[in-house]
Amino acid sequence: MSAAELAGIVVVGASLAGLRGAEALRRGGYEGPLTIVGAEPHRPYDRPPLSKHVLAGELAADATGLPALAPLRARWRLGQPTVGLDRADRIVRLADGTRLAYDRLLVATGAEARPWPAPTGGTLTGVFTLRGRDDAAALRAALAAGPRRVLIVGAGLIGCEAASCCRDLGLAVTVVDPNPTPLARSLGTGIGGVIAACLRDAGVAFRPGTQVRAFEGDGAGHVVRARFADGGAIEADLVIAALGATRATGWLAGAGLRADAGGLTCDAACRALAADGTPCPDIYAAGDVARWPIPVYGGRLVSVEHWGNAVEQAGHAARNMLAGPDDQRPYAHLPAYWSSQFGINIKAVGLTDGADSVAVVQGSRASRRFLAVYGRAGQTIAAVSFDQARWLPAYADAILAGRPFPPIRDATDRARPESLAPGFPSPRAVSADEFAHA
Amino acid sequence: MSASDGRDPALRIVVDLNRCQGYAQCCYAAPGAFVLRGHEILFYDPSPPAHRRGEIERAVLACPVRAIAVQTAADEEDVA
Amino acid sequence: MPDDTPPADALFAAVLDPAYRADPYPLYARLRERPVSRQRDGSYVVSAHAAIRSLLFDPRLSSEDLPPSRRPRTGNPLKDWILNPIRNRIATAHRPLIFRDPPDHDTLRALVMRSFTVPRVEALRGRIVRDVDALLDACRGRDRICLVDDLSYPLPVAVICDLLGVPEADEPRFQAWATELATALEPDARHDEAGRHRIVAAFDAISAYMRDLIREKRRRPADDMLSELAGPGPDGRRLMGAFDLISTAILLLVAGHETTVNLITNGMLQLLRHPRELERLRADPERAPRVIEEVLRFDPPVHFRTRKALGAIEIGGVTIPQGAPVVLLFAAGSRDPERFPDPDRFDPDRADNQHFGFGGGLHYCVGAPLARIEAEIALVALCRRLREPRLVMDPPPYRPGASLRGPEQLHIGIAGID
Repeated sequence: MSAAELAGIVVVGASLAGLRGAEALRRGGYEGPLTIVGAEPHRPYDRPPLSKHVLAGELAADATGLPALAPLRARWRLGQPTVGLDRADRIVRLADGTRLAYDRLLVATGAEARPWPAPTGGTLTGVFTLRGRDDAAALRAALAAGPRRVLIVGAGLIGCEAASCCRDLGLAVTVVDPNPTPLARSLGTGIGGVIAACLRDAGVAFRPGTQVRAFEGDGAGHVVRARFADGGAIEADLVIAALGATRATGWLAGAGLRADAGGLTCDAACRALAADGTPCPDIYAAGDVARWPIPVYGGRLVSVEHWGNAVEQAGHAARNMLAGPDDQRPYAHLPAYWSSQFGINIKAVGLTDGADSVAVVQGSRASRRFLAVYGRAGQTIAAVSFDQARWLPAYADAILAGRPFPPIRDATDRARPESLAPGFPSPRAVSADEFAHA
Repeated sequence: MSASDGRDPALRIVVDLNRCQGYAQCCYAAPGAFVLRGHEILFYDPSPPAHRRGEIERAVLACPVRAIAVQTAADEEDVA
Repeated sequence: MPDDTPPADALFAAVLDPAYRADPYPLYARLRERPVSRQRDGSYVVSAHAAIRSLLFDPRLSSEDLPPSRRPRTGNPLKDWILNPIRNRIATAHRPLIFRDPPDHDTLRALVMRSFTVPRVEALRGRIVRDVDALLDACRGRDRICLVDDLSYPLPVAVICDLLGVPEADEPRFQAWATELATALEPDARHDEAGRHRIVAAFDAISAYMRDLIREKRRRPADDMLSELAGPGPDGRRLMGAFDLISTAILLLVAGHETTVNLITNGMLQLLRHPRELERLRADPERAPRVIEEVLRFDPPVHFRTRKALGAIEIGGVTIPQGAPVVLLFAAGSRDPERFPDPDRFDPDRADNQHFGFGGGLHYCVGAPLARIEAEIALVALCRRLREPRLVMDPPPYRPGASLRGPEQLHIGIAGID
């Protein structure tokens, strides 16, 4: 075995979180060697445009490179999946056999699209997932070839954004989801119903309460049909499996860390936890892959698969990596995300998990411009805006302050909130937006 | 909008769309790189050509919520 | 400035006092000792950056805070009992959109933005350059200019007239009306019966003028904003009701008159007070955007806006009661040391200059992009063309307004014009 390369601080994941973490290390005064490892051959790129402008053909997939906002002076190891971690010797192993000896490690490997199982059609051509830049380029090319009908499985954010793009391209598209409305798991059916109406108006065939059992192919192995659990079927020559994501922790198997498909568990300071629950002083995690106790929600373990978390958590983890053991600050973050689809800008703050009440506090669902808030046990926990982003900071403040639900009455455009049934599916129903997108 | 063709090396920009509130000041400052759609959807070219640098800097300065980040230098070479 | 310092609950009254007009910033610093400060008259003045930011996004703050329109008694029963009550109701219901809340505000603003297009603004650039050159050419041979009269006022007026499609030749007619209407932003004018009547009279006069102009635009549409706002929408129906159209047109015209003039004048005043910055801008016109953003922070054209709390609002350790008037003191927030290092230093190179120069939230200045273009072209030309410019009087005399605040005149001594 060749000698390990002395790699200094190693950032695993040439992602948004990896990049921002590396920048924060340099800004924080770290002068030693810095190595950034990426499974894909690309420098860090921005994912949100992939399911929107790249699919629509407005932006080339390779135009989404992220700016570096500080001099990194880094050694890049791109196109090199990380295959193992040896904590005792502080070694990260790459697919080509390279062994990197790290002083400290920042895990920012993110997540992977949940694939459709091979036995029920996952290996047919024409069945796509959408996560990385290459996925987006391949899917874009397939959409541009003019499929007769696109079938999207899963009406989460990615599924809905893809459906919106398909309609902009004039393609026939069907969306299926086991829940009664799109975005049911993240926003509830009361708000999801607004998206269902948008899908309908845009000419998307939406089939709620539907589960796909299998895809069937033609002689050449190209998908032609989907079979539903209820016995029905639909002809489709292009399928997008938008089933959410699993955390990219496979390479940590056997490393003695608390890692599984739901993430790498960390303490409040973003330090990875060993199997016995003690934090590793030299291993931190940030972004989609990190599962950490979120202070705003009582320290519940969450992993937040959103752009803003990748940026903020990476900066925070990097700060703690450079600080002494007595100066490890807890990561306090209020999750937030955006999505644009069917001409509407959707923005949300907070986590809706466990919401027992929902109210429209500004605007109206009928106008598709409104603000809705979510409550649990009398406390405000989340808010979503449809084309009303300028008010959202007031609700973010209310969530952080633990204000009662609803936090605001007497709004200029709605003196009284309109209460809705929360409409969250039971936890057992499998849904695409179980894991929201980044 | 697409990546530049190499004769005019591209800038790199990214907008924090959590911060963005659709004030559209960037769309006036750099019309070639930013456009507002609907009420508040911002679409932008993440790799505008370098000759737009002045416009892009105006957009960065004009943004009321400081949501635009730009890298004006070329990507660093890999450190050996 | 007077020597005696007012008590904490009379600081805003002092802000309105013309004696403090030339330098209200020490008063702002005292106000900022509390982020939200209750004044004797029951109003709440918000002067800290964080608190202003928070309230700009608070849907309980209403912009519909003007008292109902009331025309003075005339002795003519037809007017006093029939016509004027109707006109009062119309005026109250169809205020300009800066005095309106959602959803009406949003609808009107979206229509304005629809016609305030990027190409339309860009198309003005060439004429702004020509106007600035011509205005400066006209000053050749003099050893002194009055910036306000010679450039800061005539430039934005010509531009807004062009943009809207208002004949510039009519400008002398509506100049006085515009000045009068702009006082609606000044709290003093609201409490003064005679002042309110003057505002109503100006509004009626300019409304009649706009009504005729809109009729003309419908008869002969031109490529201007007013023609577009007055015209049919994509569905063939009129975009705006008649009263909203008139009040919107008046707002755009007045805003074009009364704000950019201060941005250009305040900008040049600061450059003359900071000659090194003037020199740097002369040498490198690409610095102009930074200079302008810093002027917007350091000495902005609009210092505050008033709102009304529709519900009780807890902020900065204070509960603003329902119905209370709230003053968002933007110019104080933009000098908050909690937000800006060394806030009282004029420094175009400061990073992260998130000022309130154009307000924020729902009512963020519609004309901001145009104001930036005009100020950039004007300031660069002034720096490059005025030879040895110097302030003749510092501080200069100020106009009466405390909200729309700017010099009445700015005399600049020069050795010539290039």
